[in-house]
Amino acid sequence: MTTESARLRVKTWICAAIVVFSNVFGNFFLKRGLPASLPTPFDYILVLFQPPVTLGVLLLILWLLSRMALLSWADLSYVLPVTSVGYILVALVGRVLLHEQVTAKRWTGVILIMAGVALVSGGTAPQTKAAR
Amino acid sequence: MRWVWIAVIVAATTAGEVLQAFAMRRHGEIRDFRPGALRRVLTVLARNRFIIASVAAMAVSFFAYMGLLTIAELSFAVPATAVTYVLETVLARYVLKERVNWLRWAGAALVICGVALVSL
Repeated sequence: MTTESARLRVKTWICAAIVVFSNVFGNFFLKRGLPASLPTPFDYILVLFQPPVTLGVLLLILWLLSRMALLSWADLSYVLPVTSVGYILVALVGRVLLHEQVTAKRWTGVILIMAGVALVSGGTAPQTKAAR
Repeated sequence: MRWVWIAVIVAATTAGEVLQAFAMRRHGEIRDFRPGALRRVLTVLARNRFIIASVAAMAVSFFAYMGLLTIAELSFAVPATAVTYVLETVLARYVLKERVNWLRWAGAALVICGVALVSL
């Protein structure tokens, strides 16, 4: 039973890492590739063929698939806080790579998010129902 | 305008992700990660109506998100859309019938406070 739960935990961590990184970098490339305005619905389709946007979309597809895999065994109420570590990485990416201004208030928020993540991922098992 | 985008994103994402969680839990744990096995899983899932509905909802959320990103900073857009946390944890408890213990509620509450600080 303990080897089973250890196996599940390792698998969960690997999959969660893929979920988080594909999401963060998918968002980054999307933001980098998008113009300042998209006036017509047609522009929304056209912009998808800009290389950074395409890469962003591909990463977000990877995010969707890895998240589906993760949800096939882990609870939604576990996955949500654990993958929210991505919010911190997004703030970092915004600050370092996109030169956005990240205020003290935003960093405080990021720390609270981290505390929430630690509480849920360290304190509870990924799956609360009996395995089928 | 940005709050209109956020409202659309939150509604669509919540619907999409809860449907996704429901469908995947019903499908059962994916144990085999070899390409052939993954392809078979994808073929089965592509015909699952909950997955189809979930992908449709997420497509709506994606285009709304693109709209938001053109007018907002990334370090605002991502945390602001995390309002979905509140809705999804409640739905996980009452619709998906997950056992959300006090640690998970506390964790979710902390995340929500953090998100509020980041985005307001």
